[in-house]
Amino acid sequence: MKLEDKKRVLREMLYARRFEERCYEAYVERKIGGFLHLYPGQEACCHGVLEAARPGYDYVITGYRDHVHAIKCGADPKEVMAELFGKETGSSKGRGGSMHIFDVKHRFMGGYALVGGPFPLAVGMAKGIKLKSTDEISICFLGDAANNQGTFHESLNIAAVWQLPVLFVCENNLYGIGTRIDRSTAVIDQHKRVCGYGFPSVQVDGQDIEAVYEAAKIAVNHVRSGKGPYFLELMTYRYRGHSMSDSNKYRSKDEEAEWTKRDPIYILRDRLIKEKALTLDEYKKMDQTIIDEIENEVIRFCEESPEPKVEDLQKYVLADNDPWVKGGAR
Amino acid sequence: MAEMMYWEAIRRAHDEEMSRDPLVICMGEDIGVAGGTYKATQGLYDKYGPERVIDTPISENGYTGVGIGASFVGIRPIIEIMSVNFAWLAMDQIFNSAAKVRYMSGGQLEAPVVIRSPGGTAHQLGAQHSARMEKVFMGVAGLRVVTPSNPRQAYGLLKSAIRCNDPVFINEHELMYNMKGEVPDAEFFHPLEGSEVTRAGRDVTLFGYNISVHWCLSAADILAKQHGIDAEVVDLYSLSPLDRAGIAASVSKTHRALIAEEAEASVGVGAEVMAIINEQCFFELDAAPVRVSAVNVPVPYNHKLEKASIPNTNDVVAAVLKMFGKA
Repeated sequence: MKLEDKKRVLREMLYARRFEERCYEAYVERKIGGFLHLYPGQEACCHGVLEAARPGYDYVITGYRDHVHAIKCGADPKEVMAELFGKETGSSKGRGGSMHIFDVKHRFMGGYALVGGPFPLAVGMAKGIKLKSTDEISICFLGDAANNQGTFHESLNIAAVWQLPVLFVCENNLYGIGTRIDRSTAVIDQHKRVCGYGFPSVQVDGQDIEAVYEAAKIAVNHVRSGKGPYFLELMTYRYRGHSMSDSNKYRSKDEEAEWTKRDPIYILRDRLIKEKALTLDEYKKMDQTIIDEIENEVIRFCEESPEPKVEDLQKYVLADNDPWVKGGAR
Repeated sequence: MAEMMYWEAIRRAHDEEMSRDPLVICMGEDIGVAGGTYKATQGLYDKYGPERVIDTPISENGYTGVGIGASFVGIRPIIEIMSVNFAWLAMDQIFNSAAKVRYMSGGQLEAPVVIRSPGGTAHQLGAQHSARMEKVFMGVAGLRVVTPSNPRQAYGLLKSAIRCNDPVFINEHELMYNMKGEVPDAEFFHPLEGSEVTRAGRDVTLFGYNISVHWCLSAADILAKQHGIDAEVVDLYSLSPLDRAGIAASVSKTHRALIAEEAEASVGVGAEVMAIINEQCFFELDAAPVRVSAVNVPVPYNHKLEKASIPNTNDVVAAVLKMFGKA
């Protein structure tokens, strides 16, 4: 990665971290309801892969831990946070919530809350790309636990048989809700499960953004050049619970401490400091600027935004005045 | 006006829409090289090729989701599920993805897919190939459900469904693919909403959909010829949304109602139509509405038991006579 890109991405990852932490606070303040799944610890996965792709152009789809992926694709953080606040100005006009962020103009095709649900949707988008002979790719970010759904196997098989331009990114954070991977899954290394479908799969350190980026470049080139699907497994860890309702009793403090030492933001920060491209002081200033920006722009926008009108409850269920419902435009 | 079979009408709609728009594709098990279990896609593989007439693996939830995902980027897929019993496996993608995506994205994304599938009791296919599932589909917001009772509807409903921007589930019937009927030579589009008065009458309304329309029509003949009862037959080709106004209009005219369905009564089309009658025109009724439905059992294999588990024309006649105090 170029130095300038590394500095920019460090800021983006730190922004993502502070954004998610602010979500946590807003949840505690009861500004955000429902389920809330936070991303701290996994930032290098989303940012590393999408740095190697074309966010805003390539189609991206994911599960319910979706805020950061949406923002990296180009979604306005104000609209993402407003969605969590349930406001009309939210990405999905307050109808979706944290698990259903959509920003179709930036080709962020949504967060979905059924584990494994996006696999076939991603393959379908890839089929669409192939039919239209355009050069986008379809990127599906999901966690390791999604691989225990039937859709994983059905979708990988179809993607391989039809040679579709889809990149599967498995963010292996070692836990499916509160169950550790070795208690739920016969094979911990998820990339090995792809061998049965005959396309390339690799495992990479998901805490080191440069490692992710280098692996993703190869993966993206493979997929974009028409060679069919590719599977990238990124070994990572989430610092928060599965969701806000998580007891966090299922993992040891020692394990958490070990992974905290490998914080993706600090790994990149310390590397830049070592390369003398950044000072700790500059980093701290940047951090404060981000915190202020989120407070003064994002949170303020959410607080000031209106809620959806109850009169509009039934909007968006079906298409408005679709002429074919009446048998065509006469 | 040419006479054609139900399957030929479906095939014609596929062919016309695929030749008009290169983004229309069809997919399903054995629909390509094999030409489709019920011939609905016969010859299309040779005409449009494997990229647009797609033989899928036997992975119902997977390929249904693939069709839905393709529709997110501008493709218009027609997904065939060989038997509606297999659609249970695809419920997650149909309900959670296709039906909800417009709403949960605040109107940003839509899933303009058509899902066609035959349900119903045919020739001793056993419990896992004979079920009726329309009641399940019609209870879901964001999904349209239509069900053709003849070749004309099979053609026109599919034409409109392909062009409509909502996901549409088309409930067909295994026993009806060889039914003959007239289909206009000129292209036409059947409305996806509403109902159709198939036979006008004064004394009682017989509501049917899909195969049960035919029981109602033959029952109406018997009632007229043998019992002097003039029945109106209303074809509920749209199950979601149901035609509340059409149901109320007919009952307000005849003051009596019967609903015939091949499915079990519980939580079904008949139950829903009765509720609509209650809500729309209760005081127009001269008698309590009745349902003619299947017995609440998994469909048996044995021929006699199978027949006994589902209603027929005679059951409709008997129920009407009872309603009129003639039984």
